[in-house]
Amino acid sequence: MRVLGLDIGSRSVDAVWLQDGRIVDWEVADSGFDPGSVAAVFVDRGAHDAIVSTGYGRHGARERFGGTAVTEITAYGAGASVLFPDAASVLDIGGQDTKVISLGPSGKVIDFEMNDKCAAGTGKFLEVMARALGFTLGEMATAAMIAASGVAISSMCTVFAESEVTGLVHKGEDRARIARGLHESIAKRTLGSLKRVSARGPLVFAGGVAKNPAMVALIAEGFAGEVLVPVEAQIVGAFGAALSCPQDPAPRMT
Amino acid sequence: MSDQAVDYHPVWTELGLDLAAHDALLRAVGELFGDAYLTQQNRPQGMDYLNFVMSEVHGLRIKELDDYRKSGGTVFGTFCLYVPEEIIRAAGGWCVGLCAGAEFAYDQVEQIMPRNTCALIKSFMGFKLAKVCPYIESADLVIGETTCDGKKKAYELLGDIHNVYVMELPQMKREQDLAMWRGEIRALMAKVEEVTGNTITAESLKASIKEVNDKRRALQRIAATRAADPAPISGKDALLATQVAFYDDVPRFTQMMNALADELEARVAAGEGVAPKGAKRVLVTGTPMALPNWKLHDIIEKAGAVVVGEEMCTGSRYYQDLVSEDASTLDAMVDDIAEKYLDINCACFTPNQGRLDDVVRMAKELGADGVIDYSLQFCGLYEMESNAVEKTVRDAGFPVLKITTDYSMEDVGQLATRVEAFLEIL
Ligand code: SF4
Ligand code: SF4
Repeated sequence: MRVLGLDIGSRSVDAVWLQDGRIVDWEVADSGFDPGSVAAVFVDRGAHDAIVSTGYGRHGARERFGGTAVTEITAYGAGASVLFPDAASVLDIGGQDTKVISLGPSGKVIDFEMNDKCAAGTGKFLEVMARALGFTLGEMATAAMIAASGVAISSMCTVFAESEVTGLVHKGEDRARIARGLHESIAKRTLGSLKRVSARGPLVFAGGVAKNPAMVALIAEGFAGEVLVPVEAQIVGAFGAALSCPQDPAPRMT
Repeated sequence: MSDQAVDYHPVWTELGLDLAAHDALLRAVGELFGDAYLTQQNRPQGMDYLNFVMSEVHGLRIKELDDYRKSGGTVFGTFCLYVPEEIIRAAGGWCVGLCAGAEFAYDQVEQIMPRNTCALIKSFMGFKLAKVCPYIESADLVIGETTCDGKKKAYELLGDIHNVYVMELPQMKREQDLAMWRGEIRALMAKVEEVTGNTITAESLKASIKEVNDKRRALQRIAATRAADPAPISGKDALLATQVAFYDDVPRFTQMMNALADELEARVAAGEGVAPKGAKRVLVTGTPMALPNWKLHDIIEKAGAVVVGEEMCTGSRYYQDLVSEDASTLDAMVDDIAEKYLDINCACFTPNQGRLDDVVRMAKELGADGVIDYSLQFCGLYEMESNAVEKTVRDAGFPVLKITTDYSMEDVGQLATRVEAFLEIL
């Protein structure tokens, strides 16, 4: 049986094709202004027997393509615990939201928290700050890694933080130290959420921001437990969605 | 909205409503109701009465209030469970609940109160300022109470434009607080007697205690059927019953709710339900949900679960306790009323262990799979108490989800994701 897992987010649409529990293909595309049509391109390949959608567009996708829908929480929990069987928690920092999930012994979700009201501390936040610093995203992460210490950033609101950063640049503050300060403030906030759901290690760090080495290093430093980053951190949701297919009795292995 | 399409505009005009704004509000509530209620499957027949009441929410009932006032009756508006309806009715008065559950005219409200005021307060003030609430305009006297700081100050602002009387509510439940509260109830009696021109007698108070208890008993019967799996009534419908209890005619409402309870009991006996057997069961606790605030229940039930109880002022706190019917002297009855009302477990009291006990007891009795703690944003009391609720409920073995929101529809998508994820882990 071949299952198509779709993760329809505000920044990207991810697809994973699963054949008897193994990933046979995957794709990541920009959401654009009409994520449903982006997803339709994947569906139109027709190479599947069932569809499971997740992400904020899951209900729309279910109506349009059929199949079932699960929330990102369940999908990320399932995806992470199959990729790393002893995973005890999951952190996902995506384009516009952050979720932390603590998992039980069998990979079942026990508790979760979502920051979904604003862009604070998400990929979007980092993009805006990089622009304010005149860096690319990659340059900003490297600068943050190199700086010996960070400048304290007091606001987490994207709009306020941007003007704070601009002010610091005008004052002649070192851009690398600002970059580090920004990463530190996100890490601090994220570690707080992890604590609130009593997350234990190993922690699977997924989502687009898991590709940022400075964030990974800071989370690893502050978290009491191992931090694991999947190679394709972006497709954990789509993978987990496919794994959550109710009709698929296939062994959960990759 | 009714078949006869009676035109109530003359009554509304007489009450001084802003007709255009009022039409817009009615239309919005009608749409909301259609989407949340009329799309439900397998509703009990007894809900036809509440559908009708809703379709006439600013019509027939307002006409009744109008006729009653023209024949010399006095209407009292209240905002809080602590204001005893028995006292008002014993003096021949009628009570209507004025809490409001929809965003309206916030721009006007924010000119006189801070933006970070809870939605409940902003909403009733918006209804008043925009002249769209026929209930408050029908109220000869509004009775406020010193519960939370927001309401306390809001009554001062309301007092500038409406006739307001404020009761002082203690914040603890010790003997000396009860003594003070007994005095407040007696002061209210004097006020109500003065405004109505009627005297409260042992006979009239005894009758009104019985009458209001009967209303609570009918709601208790409905609540009890919700322990069955499958649940015979949706949480939305049960919530609507409590919401309507605040302003409908008491004997008629009681009779109709007893008929609904009969039907629900028969449904339980036949194993019939609104959601399939085994559907996830949720207990909701927190700040009151005033009409037409159905937001959270709608999200939960559209995600396939069923709400089996509300530990809130628009729920168990309203009907779970009765006033003793044993007393025969006026004084003893008033003391019984004082005692029963001080027993309500609102977060304005400290400590408020009774509420925590109620939540756990209800979760067990109703067979809930999980608890959702609901706070209106900027309600310091309930948001603050939410920590203790979470801890107590978790320790009792129930998963819990904390939600803080307001009346806007902007966060519905995000809330739905959180609620669905919560249901997936139950
Ligand atoms: S929550 Fe408290 S203040 Fe509000 S209506 Fe209920 S008893 Fe009154
Ligand atoms: S919800 Fe809270 S802040 Fe608002 S009126 Fe009720 S007790 Fe006061």
